[in-house]
Amino acid sequence: MPDRFTPASSRRVVRSLLTASLLLLFVSLAGAAQAVGLRDTVAQAEPKIAKIYGAGGFQGLEAYQSGLLISAEGHILTVWSYVLDTDEISVTLFDGRRFKAQLLGADPRLELAVLKIDATGLSYFELAAAVSAEPGTRVLAFSNLFGIATGDEQASVLHGIVASKTRLEARRGVFETPYKGPVYVVDAMTNNPGAAGGALTDFDGRLLGMLGKELRNTLSNTWLNYAIPVDQMTTTIDQIRAGNFVRKPTDEPSQKPEKALTLELLGLVLVPDVLERTPPFVDAVRPGSPAANADLRPDDLLLFVNDRLVQSCKALANELSFVDRIDTLKVTVIRGQDLIEVKLSAPVEP
Amino acid sequence: MRYACAAMLILAIFATAARAEVDESVLRAEADRMAVIDRAQQAAVAIFAADGQGGGSGVVISPDGYALSNFHVTKGSGDAMKCGMADGRLYDAVIVGIDPVGDVALVKLLGRDDFPHAEMGDSDQVQVGDPAFAVGNPFLLATDFTPSVSYGIISGVHRYQYPAGTLLEYTDCLQTDASINPGNSGGPLFDGQGRLIGINGRGSFEKRGRVNVGVGYAISINQIKNFLGHLKAGRIVDHATLGARIATRPDGTVAVTDILDDSDAFRRGLRYGDEIVRFAGRSIRTVNTFKNVLGIFPKDWRIPLTYRHEGKTYDIAVRLEGLHSPEELVAKVQGRPPAPEMPDKPKQERPKQPKEVPEKDQPDDQPKRGPMHPGQAPPMPDNVKALFEARRGFANYYFNKIERARTWNRCVARGDFHESSGEWTLRGELAAGGEAQFRLSNSIAAITMPGGHLEAHIGDNLASVTDPPGSGGMLAALSLWRRLLVVGPDRFGNLEYLGTVPLVTSQDIVDRRAIMLLGHDRALAGAHASELCDAMSGTYGGVECRFIFDSKTGNLAALEMFRSPDDDPCELYFSDYAEIEGRVFPRQIECRYGDASYLTVKLSAIKLDKGGSE
Repeated sequence: MPDRFTPASSRRVVRSLLTASLLLLFVSLAGAAQAVGLRDTVAQAEPKIAKIYGAGGFQGLEAYQSGLLISAEGHILTVWSYVLDTDEISVTLFDGRRFKAQLLGADPRLELAVLKIDATGLSYFELAAAVSAEPGTRVLAFSNLFGIATGDEQASVLHGIVASKTRLEARRGVFETPYKGPVYVVDAMTNNPGAAGGALTDFDGRLLGMLGKELRNTLSNTWLNYAIPVDQMTTTIDQIRAGNFVRKPTDEPSQKPEKALTLELLGLVLVPDVLERTPPFVDAVRPGSPAANADLRPDDLLLFVNDRLVQSCKALANELSFVDRIDTLKVTVIRGQDLIEVKLSAPVEP
Repeated sequence: MRYACAAMLILAIFATAARAEVDESVLRAEADRMAVIDRAQQAAVAIFAADGQGGGSGVVISPDGYALSNFHVTKGSGDAMKCGMADGRLYDAVIVGIDPVGDVALVKLLGRDDFPHAEMGDSDQVQVGDPAFAVGNPFLLATDFTPSVSYGIISGVHRYQYPAGTLLEYTDCLQTDASINPGNSGGPLFDGQGRLIGINGRGSFEKRGRVNVGVGYAISINQIKNFLGHLKAGRIVDHATLGARIATRPDGTVAVTDILDDSDAFRRGLRYGDEIVRFAGRSIRTVNTFKNVLGIFPKDWRIPLTYRHEGKTYDIAVRLEGLHSPEELVAKVQGRPPAPEMPDKPKQERPKQPKEVPEKDQPDDQPKRGPMHPGQAPPMPDNVKALFEARRGFANYYFNKIERARTWNRCVARGDFHESSGEWTLRGELAAGGEAQFRLSNSIAAITMPGGHLEAHIGDNLASVTDPPGSGGMLAALSLWRRLLVVGPDRFGNLEYLGTVPLVTSQDIVDRRAIMLLGHDRALAGAHASELCDAMSGTYGGVECRFIFDSKTGNLAALEMFRSPDDDPCELYFSDYAEIEGRVFPRQIECRYGDASYLTVKLSAIKLDKGGSE
């Protein structure tokens, strides 16, 4: 009888309990040691946090967010947001040094972006050394929340535990978020203006994830305190850093094909380009065109062409000028709350 | 039965294992923490408005019941309030002094002289990551007066928070992730050892509604230490300004972009375009840091400032000016004085002061409770009434009289001169060489020096007495000194207790001595709070004067006489006190004006006539 209690099984229970308690003892000892060194943990992590300033600054849209350094040469991981939607992204480091930052690339599915500043010898989080954590792990959240810290002031630090590791079900306004992967939900109140892009670490200062944007839980409508685990982001970050997302220099005609692809060939009509950076919204789709065949629709917003971020009508036209009309174009658009990817080919010329 | 036995055995094993698995050091740390919290929370106070509408938190800081809170808490509570403590008892309390700009209030609890009180910490030693806990009365939950405790860490230090509304400005404050909610306002923030490091008063709320978002701010206890003497004076305390505007330049340095030419900073040599290097011992690299330092000092204090002008570095002592004119501040807090009533007009009820709109970044207006007697504050209890005296410009004039009497009694115990109201003749050696003789009486002040003889008539207009030239009016200042010692502060005329000030001469700072003493990066704040001196200030004969008493002995240590607000005062420093005929008397007097010492005299012969002859 499997459920029969025997002296042997009792010994096994005792033995396993002892092992477990020994293990727990180690864990709690480690915990006690961690708490003592919190000042040191903070001091080590602070230089790796960046304050990012960009677009916004009106109607409740803050013009700042947080970032974390991921290389000694000034690569900065942050969330992809309207703050970066400007040519003038400014980064302030822990010591007050200010840099103009370049947007290397962004992934709208993960809502992350990688910036680059022109610096060397910086303290940074080694992504390969990032760890993962289970519920109950004590964590610290470093960020530039509420824009409190400016200049050489320290970023803010909140403490808490990983409450759960679960899939993100959240929305911003009425829009579902594109990322639905695993996140750390924490009990620290990380969900504050400007905190997105900050670092979540354990009490030893080891990186766990990047603080997410201000989102509400789809089910309960409460503000979510969460971070995206590093392992969800590494592939994309590597790609961006490897140059796969890099926008090519625009003034090299030699790289341009003789006959480039045009919107006209695809049957796409964008909204009138009236601003410095008019977002590339589809105004109309010509019937029977490749775009119509691919079911692109008016009001779709073009995000990527051939995995390159296009932030304006001009940028889109520029990207197209590098694509030969005999090639297939990969297009990612946002429609309502969905990301849609389609492939377009210009009709073969007679 | 067998299963039950097995279950019990497993339970027993689990229980033993559970106890064994927690290391002794962890249990000890837990017990220590509970003991710290238990001790610290005894000093916390739940403040309830006397009319039952609103309230907040506070913390007792001395056994005789002085307690700190926020101005915005006591403003809603009135001059008399009820304070509940962890012992479950409710005490009457009365307002003592307020700092509307720094959002601090001092109240006094009545009924005991052995109140449990918080030990003051040193907020400049606090670092990010340190444990901290807030104790208070969030949402006015403490109906049995037992405070709530929220535990967290220090999230930021030396935070500058922009002014909200017309008065409030939080400088150099501590930021914590311990839950701060409406009602926590005015309550203590303790460090991990249970030492008081701040008064919770504000949070970043904005989008999330008025509840904790993990970002609370506490006024640093070191700032409050600087103001405590002024608060005990029953005053409405003002903060300071430099009289200059500061901005960050493109090269990252902080420089003067505007300066008032009648400010003390200008008189000390600070000019447009000069770079600010250090202020109160702290290196200045951002405008926020500058504002942080400026915000922790009361007006009139002299603070060391290092600046760079055309490549050369200068150390000066700047006398800080008030952020507001006295009447401006009083009007903002107490309203305009009522206009004299027109005799023929029917009496009109004055409109009520409009309620200040709560700032979006300011947590509390306090949570409201249903009124017991709507719109009607109960009469002040007799025991509170005995400790309250309303006077325009003061939060509670009663405490000013107490402090003034304490200071004077201490001084007069060393030497009582009220019978020496005749002519005073003082003779001595000048440090510069030669002999000097002073004659001081009710009507004249005279000096004979190697340079000649000068005599001034002491009448109603001391401002016109500028002799000797270049002294700033030393003869007038000496006559004020004699007057105070002879008639005392009650009969001096308009002399009130000012509060506490550091006794720093400009020379101390030029010598860099004070910078070494007060310096490091710990600023003036806190480090030497025990060395702050009692000061009285008032006007007589058309001049403003200030008397500063030595903190250790109680002797009069300095006198400053301001003939005009736009000019440097004449400063007299009294030292080398020794007993002469049963009374201590200074044997050295130095007169300073501006950045220079005018004279120093070592007295060798002192003759003080008894009164009645004039």
